[in-house]
Amino acid sequence: MTDLALDKPVPPNAAGPNRTAPTARRGMVRPSPTALGVGLLLAVAFGLLPLVGSEYLFDAILTPFLALALAGLGLNILTGYAGQVSLGSAAFMAVGAYAAFNLSLRLPELPFVVDILLAGLVAAAVGLVFGLPSLRLRGFYLAVSTLAAQFFVQWVFNKVGWFSNNSPSGIVTVPPLSVAGLALDGSVGRYLFGLSVVSVVTLVVWRLVDSPTGRALAALRDHETAARVIGLPVLRLKLLAFAVSSFIIGVAGVLWAFAYLRTVEPAGFNLDRSFQILFIVIIGGLASLRGAFLGAALIVVFPLALARLGETLLGGLFDSGVLEMSQRIVLGLLIIAFLIAEPAGLSALLDRLWHRIAGRLTALCSRLCPRSGSNRSV
Amino acid sequence: MSRPHTLALSAKAALFGALLAGASLLPAAAHADEQYFPLQSYRVGPYAAGGTGFFGGFIDYLNLINTRDGGVNGVKLTWDECETQYEVERGVECYKRQKSKTGVAAWNPLSVGIAYAMIDDIARDKVPLITVNHGRTDSTDGRVFKHVFPLLLNPYSESSGIVNYIAAREGGLDKLKGKKIAVLYHGSPYGKETIPIYQLLAEKYGFTAEQIEVPHPGNEQQSQWLSIRRSKPDYVVLRGWGVMNPVALKTAQKVGFPADRIIGNVWSNSEEDVIPAGDAAKGYTAITTQASGADYPVLQEIVKTVYGAGKGNLDDKKRVGSVYHNLGIVNGILNVEAVRIAQEKFGKRTLTGDEVRWGFEHLRLDPKRVEALGAKGLFHSINVTVANHEGEGRVTFQQWDGAKWKVVSDWIAPDWALLRPIIEKSSLAYAAQHGITVRDPAAEDASN
Repeated sequence: MTDLALDKPVPPNAAGPNRTAPTARRGMVRPSPTALGVGLLLAVAFGLLPLVGSEYLFDAILTPFLALALAGLGLNILTGYAGQVSLGSAAFMAVGAYAAFNLSLRLPELPFVVDILLAGLVAAAVGLVFGLPSLRLRGFYLAVSTLAAQFFVQWVFNKVGWFSNNSPSGIVTVPPLSVAGLALDGSVGRYLFGLSVVSVVTLVVWRLVDSPTGRALAALRDHETAARVIGLPVLRLKLLAFAVSSFIIGVAGVLWAFAYLRTVEPAGFNLDRSFQILFIVIIGGLASLRGAFLGAALIVVFPLALARLGETLLGGLFDSGVLEMSQRIVLGLLIIAFLIAEPAGLSALLDRLWHRIAGRLTALCSRLCPRSGSNRSV
Repeated sequence: MSRPHTLALSAKAALFGALLAGASLLPAAAHADEQYFPLQSYRVGPYAAGGTGFFGGFIDYLNLINTRDGGVNGVKLTWDECETQYEVERGVECYKRQKSKTGVAAWNPLSVGIAYAMIDDIARDKVPLITVNHGRTDSTDGRVFKHVFPLLLNPYSESSGIVNYIAAREGGLDKLKGKKIAVLYHGSPYGKETIPIYQLLAEKYGFTAEQIEVPHPGNEQQSQWLSIRRSKPDYVVLRGWGVMNPVALKTAQKVGFPADRIIGNVWSNSEEDVIPAGDAAKGYTAITTQASGADYPVLQEIVKTVYGAGKGNLDDKKRVGSVYHNLGIVNGILNVEAVRIAQEKFGKRTLTGDEVRWGFEHLRLDPKRVEALGAKGLFHSINVTVANHEGEGRVTFQQWDGAKWKVVSDWIAPDWALLRPIIEKSSLAYAAQHGITVRDPAAEDASN
């Protein structure tokens, strides 16, 4: 979708703040195959799956996949598009989840959609604060400083009882999900809710990364000094990236808590989760919207499929601990293999596959199809 | 690549996909008269010692019932394991996966976090959720939490039991006045759960409670123990988990705090907690609901029947009779007896989850019945009712002598009357928040 604009070095004058993006306009007029594919995917996800899916499919696979994909999308803005490394994603998820919990608890008159927006804004505000070090630090140093967010946020939620409504154990159960009087507490309802949120946010992000601001972020990533030289407001851009990214990750946290687990506890948002989100982005493909979804699919679905396969084939022979360990080894090896095959992630791998298949089809067509066919296919 | 080749490839891919999908959607074959225990176990990860011991004991007991008795009144017990690593998301995934099988008797996740995440679904699916020795304290109130059972000991009872034991050592509850007790707790939901109750007990009995948090995972406690050395408490209550326990004992030795003044809670009471601490653990005392050791008749039968036939679940046979293994066995006894009691009412067949729930609500094992089960001395008794899902479990205290645990107290009863009002306050608030109608135990007992 957007890779077109980002994979090539951005010409300085194209990134001027007030220029309309020509590619974006073109994309609007003539729907590309990608847009058609996305439309088809959405039709299946909204129309078909709720009719045929099982509770397991929704609650154990699709809903967590959606929440993590959204978190990946958020981090991708920061890391993939703007080039700022962060290890605090789980903390921003926690902020979103706890903010939404407290808003729905303390201001029950607010509609839940407003809760989500406000929760996202709270996460964005926290993200801004922890984004401040990015003004002076880069790369690994920045990554380490974002660890502070990770530990500080978890500590605060553990320490201050107010956030968890003074629940003695610190675990809170969220109220049942309902939007505009519509109860969505079944698995399908929660899935559809998550899907809608993810679709809307993805659409907004898509427009954003294709806008002058998006290209300015890419310029920042590719060469900070150059970006500064051509007059981009580097500091403001960095903070903007942190805020937008934290907003989206915060919304992902709301989904995680309200649509998926329906409980909130600080330990659920630990450093492991931050790494998981970072891996989603790296494995899926930096600076690509698709990458977040592909990465999340790999991280969520693949271990489950592998576990299922292992259990079916070898369940009688080994206990679950041995199976689990061997799955980890297999998963690790496969990730290494993936990244060797395509260091730019699954998204690029998919692109390559697609080009190869398309190329084959064209070649095949030019041999077999009548003359007019070969003209059309290009 | 020519066209047929591509087709063959995609056919292969489709077949593979179908296989995967088939594996996930395969309906459980209907079995006549089997009762199924889905086990969300953890054999890897930081808490594997607890997981392997507990689930090992549970499986060993189920195996014993199948091998020795041919099941419960002819109903065979089945189970399978799903690895959670003690992580909530994995536990939820396991729940969704395993619930599709028929004849689910009860869920035993052995994790507070996973149990919390299951509470909504459990109520909807009407299957009992057992959290032996842990769990959500207010789920003791069965009028609100119809399907949740923190059997034997909830965290509040545990705290009360420990304070009563300290009082007994000091010569009476009135002797607690002016004493100082430090509570060293794990910085997690589990560890924090008892902060309000220690405060309450301190006010009631006139001692000072100093509550000190150890951040997860607890492998660095120098500053906590230095502050303990400064404030010189009479006792330290250790509410640890995993690696935090041996580190606490070793650090205590370093700062010169005597081990026999450290009282461990129910998740700091295993061999895995003291052996790594070596000498520092000698004299350390901990609460338990089930004694350790393999001398009890039921243990002997497991060793003979199950391990004798090479079907034992523990890899290391030396762990037979360890604290976690015995907890698993006691948990097995409670689950199996609940099924047996429910069968007497509903018939000797595969029961539904809600029928087993009825069995748990009438799970009354007096010391005589416990003896008949070969578990005299292993645990005391249980008396679950509609209103009380904990079942008045007794506790005892055991002291580590450097090689094994030695029981050093009688069976002690926690102060349930003191705790009940706090539990009800919390459970009724939950009922109001979630629109749950509070059950009337008298009416339910009359209708049964």
